[in-house]
Amino acid sequence: MSELTLTVMRLGFLAVLWLFVIVAVQVIRSDLFGTRVTQRGAARRGGQEPRGAQRQAAPPQQAQRRQESGRGGNNRQRRGAPTKLVVSEGTLTGTTVALQGQTITLGRAHDSTIVLDDDYASSRHARIYPDRDGQWIVEDLGSTNGTYLDRTRLTTPTPIPLGAPIRIGKTVIELRK
Amino acid sequence: MSSTSNTTTIGTIGAPSRRNTELALLVFAVIIPVFAYINVGLAKEDTVPAGVLGYALGLGLLAGVAHLVVRKWAPYADPLMLPVATLLNGLGLVFIWRLDQEPQITTPQLGGAMAPGQLMWSTLGVALFLGVLIFLKDHRVLQRYTYISMVAALVLLILPVFFPARFGARIWITIPGVGSLQPGEFAKIIIAIFFAGYLMVKRDALALASRRFMGLYLPRGRDLGPILVIWALSLMILVFETDLGTSLLFFGLFVIMLYVATERTSWIVFGLLLSGGGAVAVATFEHHVKTRVDNWLHPLQLLNGGVTETAQAMYSFGSGGILGSGLGQGYSRLIGGIAPKSDYILATVGEEIGLAGLMAILLLYGLLIERGIRTALAARDPFGKLLAVGLSGAFALQVFVVAGGVTGLIPLTGMTMPFLAQGGSSVIANWALVAILLRISDTARRPAPAPAPSTDAEMTQVVRP
Repeated sequence: MSELTLTVMRLGFLAVLWLFVIVAVQVIRSDLFGTRVTQRGAARRGGQEPRGAQRQAAPPQQAQRRQESGRGGNNRQRRGAPTKLVVSEGTLTGTTVALQGQTITLGRAHDSTIVLDDDYASSRHARIYPDRDGQWIVEDLGSTNGTYLDRTRLTTPTPIPLGAPIRIGKTVIELRK
Repeated sequence: MSSTSNTTTIGTIGAPSRRNTELALLVFAVIIPVFAYINVGLAKEDTVPAGVLGYALGLGLLAGVAHLVVRKWAPYADPLMLPVATLLNGLGLVFIWRLDQEPQITTPQLGGAMAPGQLMWSTLGVALFLGVLIFLKDHRVLQRYTYISMVAALVLLILPVFFPARFGARIWITIPGVGSLQPGEFAKIIIAIFFAGYLMVKRDALALASRRFMGLYLPRGRDLGPILVIWALSLMILVFETDLGTSLLFFGLFVIMLYVATERTSWIVFGLLLSGGGAVAVATFEHHVKTRVDNWLHPLQLLNGGVTETAQAMYSFGSGGILGSGLGQGYSRLIGGIAPKSDYILATVGEEIGLAGLMAILLLYGLLIERGIRTALAARDPFGKLLAVGLSGAFALQVFVVAGGVTGLIPLTGMTMPFLAQGGSSVIANWALVAILLRISDTARRPAPAPAPSTDAEMTQVVRP
């Protein structure tokens, strides 16, 4: 085999190998899902803007809304509804769970959505679920040490205001947009 | 963390399953080794090797079946781990086959041709990978076996002492008629399960009950117990099995997981001090370890009439240069001794595809480890977090110990480069390790299940006339 062919193959192999690495890194980059940037306020400003701009702005916005309602599970997802649950204190700090209309259970039981590793938590401590209107409700499931919304201990299922801290033992979670 | 500005909102979107990305990368990961295989054949014999079709079909079949099983049983698993593992395993097979073409190092005394055997072991490894994915529905099941896995790991670690030493280290179990295996490779997975289960329970005691002294948290004496036991055990491995790699792997794994579980830097300081002190003490009086250290410190000193293997590995890196000599065109047959296809395979890689290729290979290992750590970050339960950190930590330590040893950064120890090097136990155990990581990442990235239809939430039905 000629020297030239072998040299080309040698360099070609290195190129392909590096191409794989670069593609893999690109996959990691696009894999940082979690967030999506969307233009905001297009609907509100729509009336004040010139017609041409509005027509341009409309299709992506509609597409986005359709996407959102399909994703939300229930079509009544309101504006300003929380989209995720964030653990803000405790050993699981930083963990987020996307709110997609499902019930979220919290506790030390291994099958909970968020497994609390906390001596003050019961095995089935609390659950968070949406009611018919899409309002998120927190309910204490008869835990020993209680679930606190802000500073009050829960006795009945209670709607969760956006950003209000729910405290379970050493763990604090809140709903965010 | 939601952040808003005047014009844009940043909202969450769900995790896509990414199986098609995995498939595309897998095709890529099968084509690259086939290309390398053809390249070796052209360079050595001027013809496309006869086995190329079989090899391509075999590798493609393994990758395809693995992909289908992941698609069915772990649909949200990480898209990168399987292609990277396939690529490394495929390249490893090519390099072993390439070394088989050198008659000087493929003598019957050295075990003859090893590529067919390695292909069989890889198939078994993929089979175990599939088995783990299919039968391990939830990694949290492993938590039940915390103390059983401790016993199992201890047995696996201690067993080789009763078998004769091979190549100067007692890390093998020889079963007459069947072959030999390295239990340490399997023990690293099992002991990661034990550490994860144990530290999950004990981490509060280890992290909180401590006094502050000179910026370090000193744990209580009784909490120091376990780390001292593990340290003594790893030193015993070093003394009785004369295996630096395994002892470093286990102690390092423990320190990594302890640090991750307790967030206390003082454990790292203690760990480094203990392992450093222990290694120096053992190296001064244990002959086998002492030889290794001497080879490392003075690689160019002439021992037994020739150059040492460490020096030969260095020569091959030097002869490869930046771009390498080309596949099949190196002089790796000159690396004498017993392990050009296992421990020293990185020297061949470095010679034939050069620094550029070696860096790409090391980056692939880095990517695999990064995906493991990312899985640990995404996992929602403490056991899964610790287990993912432990498994990727063990993998990372193994890569570091071998690559560091061959390149002369640390004394060489008898360990295999995961997936790349010849060795049945290693390739099987590492496929199982990747399978457990994929299972954890599937659980971590899976969107929460759809809500069960509740009777309260249904619309009131109105009967109209």
